[in-house]
Amino acid sequence: MSSDSVSNLMKGHMESLAAEGKRADGRGINEFREVKIETGMINTAEGSSMVHLGKTKVLCGIKLLIGTPYGDSPGSGTMTTSTELAPLADQSFDPGPPREASIELARVVDRGIRESRMIDFDALCIERGERVWMVYIDLHILDNGGNLFDCCTLAAAAALSNAKIPNVQHGIADEDVDLPVTCWPISCTFGRLGDTVILDPTSDEEAVMSARLTVAHDEDGNIRAAQKGMNGAFTDAEVREAVKTARKSDNVLREALKGI
Amino acid sequence: MAGQTDMELIKDGVRLDGRKPDELREVKITAGVLDNADGSCYLEWGNNKIYAGVFGPMECHPRHKQKADRAIVQARYTMAPFSVNDRKRPGLDRRSSEISYIVSQAFEKVVMVEEFPKASIRVDMQVVEAHAGTRCAAMTAASVALADAGIPMRDMIPACASGKVNDVVVLDLNKEEDNYGQADLPLAIIPSTGEVVLLQLDGHLTPEQFEEAMDLATSGCMDLYKIMRDALDKSYGGKK
Repeated sequence: MSSDSVSNLMKGHMESLAAEGKRADGRGINEFREVKIETGMINTAEGSSMVHLGKTKVLCGIKLLIGTPYGDSPGSGTMTTSTELAPLADQSFDPGPPREASIELARVVDRGIRESRMIDFDALCIERGERVWMVYIDLHILDNGGNLFDCCTLAAAAALSNAKIPNVQHGIADEDVDLPVTCWPISCTFGRLGDTVILDPTSDEEAVMSARLTVAHDEDGNIRAAQKGMNGAFTDAEVREAVKTARKSDNVLREALKGI
Repeated sequence: MAGQTDMELIKDGVRLDGRKPDELREVKITAGVLDNADGSCYLEWGNNKIYAGVFGPMECHPRHKQKADRAIVQARYTMAPFSVNDRKRPGLDRRSSEISYIVSQAFEKVVMVEEFPKASIRVDMQVVEAHAGTRCAAMTAASVALADAGIPMRDMIPACASGKVNDVVVLDLNKEEDNYGQADLPLAIIPSTGEVVLLQLDGHLTPEQFEEAMDLATSGCMDLYKIMRDALDKSYGGKK
């Protein structure tokens, strides 16, 4: 359980473990927790997925609705990402309107998907300037075991790859087709524990780490989005090293995604 | 409730989904599915899918809601945007707020709130797929989650609706029956005492039909009660 107040003893313990290249749960510093992806469990959604990353559980549902395009891109579909930090996921999640943390999470996931052009937005145009498909990515966090950023990006990618365009329901065409997906963005999130940078922090590690860095790559190894968070800092060398590590470490997530 | 409809929802005593008038949809309950929550439950009721999680008893926030002599139950019912065919806007709307409020009050009757002055027991119900009857399903899941959390309770509260379609009183309305039926009566009871802790009704029932609907919903609750106890038994019953 994450908490704002963690004992100095715990902090010291985790930092000294990390300095030796070890983790409280037995992982190496650049290792992901076990990942499990299921898809297609929600019948009312056009696409859905449930991703388990260690103890973190995220349910993602994709809805496609018809709307009018933005004036500056009359031939492109649109996309909206929202996250729900459900109070059942963590004692510290309050009921109520989205807080900054939830909005940051949704925006980082949104950028990873959007900037990688994972969705072919031009193929979502029904009638130029008039009607396009609007893709809604809704992420429901059911259990917060840490590193919501990577788990949410993975859940969004899995649910999108599983989504169908509901042509029949809206009378657009005679059959539903797969949502056009062009590539696979994967994000890797690092935390700074003392003077060590670790991959895929748990909620206990998040409670004591000073800074967070998320890097999203496509499958060709190009960087598509990044975000530094929290009130600590990384050195220039640490940032460069983390980007390289991300490129190597995201393979296990990619394999899991291919396996669905 | 659309009231009068030409739609044939029940024919020769068989409903659209093949059930008899007094039959529940299939209910599957698993206790203890979430790691962070003190108690949790995943429930599938027909195609309804619901997660419930409980935290507490813990210090009540905001402070002005604290009661000097007892705990309060803060229940929250929400539907995921993708749980229905048209995307639902995220967050609490008036319907969810009302359900959250009456469910909180129902649980304050069975939870031993007098044991925990000034505390709060948080019950969160997340509907991730909705096909009619979600408030009853959510309450049922919440009961199991409260038991899973080890919160002292006098009893669990099964909740189940009855209603009327094509002038026949039926148990546990499905989506079509909810949309085109003539009445809907969600009921929650305390099985050990028979007391009613939640009752709503909309539509049209004659006095005789009301009696019949109450009997049917009550027997549905008792069937459900067994499924709830079996789920807890499966998680905590130990060796047989």
